[in-house]
Amino acid sequence: MADVALRKVVKRYDDVEAVRGIDLDIADHEFIVLVGPSGCGKSTTLRMIAGLEDISDGDIMIGGDVVNDVPPKDRDIAMVFQNYALYPHMTVAENMSFGLRLKHYPKAEIKARVTEAARLLDITDLIDRKPKQLSGGQRQRVAMGRAIVRNPKVFLFDEPLSNLDAKLRVQMRIEIKKVHQKVRTTTVYVTHDQVEAMTLADRVVVMNKGKIEQIGTPNELYHKPATRFVAGFIGSPAMNFIPCRLEDAGGTLQIRLTDRIAFALPPARAARYNALPRTDKLLLGLRPEHLTESHAHLGPGVETFETVLDVTEPMGMETLVYFGLEGTPICGRVDPNAGAKDGAPMRLAMDLNNMHLLNEATGVVL
Amino acid sequence: MADVVVEQGRAVRARGARKGSSLRNALGRKSTVAFFLTLPLILLIVLLVLYPAFYSVYLATLNKAMTKFVGLSNFTFLFKRETFWMVVRQSCIFAITAVVFKALIGFIVAHFVHNIPGKKQRKWRGMLLVPWVIPPAMSTLAWLWLFDPSYSAFNYTLSFFGVGPIPWLGDTFWARFSVILVNVWYGAPFFLIMYLAALKSVPEQLYEAAAIDGANWWQRIWYVTLPMMRNIIAITTLFSLIVTFANFDIVRILTSGGPLDTTHLFATWAFQVGIQSSDIPLGACVSLFMVPILAVAAIFILRDVNKRGNEA
Repeated sequence: MADVALRKVVKRYDDVEAVRGIDLDIADHEFIVLVGPSGCGKSTTLRMIAGLEDISDGDIMIGGDVVNDVPPKDRDIAMVFQNYALYPHMTVAENMSFGLRLKHYPKAEIKARVTEAARLLDITDLIDRKPKQLSGGQRQRVAMGRAIVRNPKVFLFDEPLSNLDAKLRVQMRIEIKKVHQKVRTTTVYVTHDQVEAMTLADRVVVMNKGKIEQIGTPNELYHKPATRFVAGFIGSPAMNFIPCRLEDAGGTLQIRLTDRIAFALPPARAARYNALPRTDKLLLGLRPEHLTESHAHLGPGVETFETVLDVTEPMGMETLVYFGLEGTPICGRVDPNAGAKDGAPMRLAMDLNNMHLLNEATGVVL
Repeated sequence: MADVVVEQGRAVRARGARKGSSLRNALGRKSTVAFFLTLPLILLIVLLVLYPAFYSVYLATLNKAMTKFVGLSNFTFLFKRETFWMVVRQSCIFAITAVVFKALIGFIVAHFVHNIPGKKQRKWRGMLLVPWVIPPAMSTLAWLWLFDPSYSAFNYTLSFFGVGPIPWLGDTFWARFSVILVNVWYGAPFFLIMYLAALKSVPEQLYEAAAIDGANWWQRIWYVTLPMMRNIIAITTLFSLIVTFANFDIVRILTSGGPLDTTHLFATWAFQVGIQSSDIPLGACVSLFMVPILAVAAIFILRDVNKRGNEA
């Protein structure tokens, strides 16, 4: 077990910079998830930690030692690949023990470790099968088993669940979390699925265009996003961004969305945003769950307005409603019994206590 | 009204059809159709393969003048001739040595070519395939000049190092070496291209997984590349073994079997005995000896492919 540190790590392919100087400290036992859209450099970063890609600049440290020029086999890491990369001509047991056999471990110890890992992952019955005879979920377990038996300093996962169907993905997500709770090995996990990131991670690293946008616990990222990218990437359906500007109206600060709609800000928010120039083009960031049906007891900071719904999506436990505000498409979440209908007018409530205000030009959350 | 007319017409046709129904059923069956569709090919095989095969068996049982049935005495005569056993030995040495080197060189060069990036790789692939693309009769003529004892490029070049002149085709050892060399030169590109295709089909992530598991370069080849290419290696090796065993043109052009018949293979010796020495029954007899040997190899191929097919 060990901590991992990245210092100003850069990866260049000819003219393209895939990873542009990232710094990251991963504590011992921590489960870190790198998340971002495809091409953001998250897989490249993982592969650089693994030693499968050379780094163009910077340092990578595992357990305090710089490993820039250390080959993968000497880094004491284990990796689970997207398509599992199981050796098709070997049985499950041979696949799992391959690394140990190469290192000439005693046979008894190899057997003990494989048996233990198989028990942990519930694949004891499959130990003599070839990968071809396994289902996707079973292969995934074997790939994890191969990583576990090595008892490495660091686990690396490269989008391990993206080849599974939705139901199995949820199941394996829980399995991975359970395994990590048992073995407590430092883990770096790459995914493009923000739900996976939120559910698995101790801390999430959101990457975009080769840079780290924000590092934080899942809750921090959700409730206190630093940039428009993070705000829009984390959460499903995504946060709404509504063009707006600040106005002074009779000693209070208000936010104007359209010519007709302007709301007074709650005192805490007003104090926070008071110093901002009134001329700036801003965006109001509001998650769909803070745009609900207008009910009887509205608290302070909750403002209502009338709109005509374009489309509704009944999800069972909630209904998603879509409407436009001067051309900006907006999504809200209402109670399934609130009577939302396609094309019908509806009175909605906006909870400004949970609002975010962003600078439209820079994308920074203010 | 019109509907009724049509219905009546259909009924009449149906009644007429019942009479010739058994023939029509037979023709309508899928297996029958399939048989007729493959019939031209079946006829072609009968004409070009089965007829000559059985005809050569028949020929092998006649006397030299082809006037009398002599049973198996041609075969027993062959067994007593030392040249025959030399041809058996030389055919085996030639085929096995050539195939081993072709496979080895093909495998090594395939690795090099596989690691050449993008566009350059296509050029190299094209160039390396040239020996295989040139008709062997033509390229072997070029080799014949290269091996010329007095004026050849080989001996001329070697003379600068104080070596030679080497009697490339005049001495038993060098003649055997030369025919194998040319066969390897001609056949290695086939292995190269097959192995290159097989290499490309090995997922890159298996190598990465092996690298992380701690495998060095050699272990990656031994534990990943070779097992993944097992099928292709088996099929190409056995296929090439058959083709090399039955080789004719290279030996015929380079040495015509000489010196003193020491480079003869089954095919060239059968030609010499049967056509040049006008003993067609004995020639047929020699060529028939290839059948059991090649049949064993063929059975191995098919059994192997079946087995592997089920496993993979």
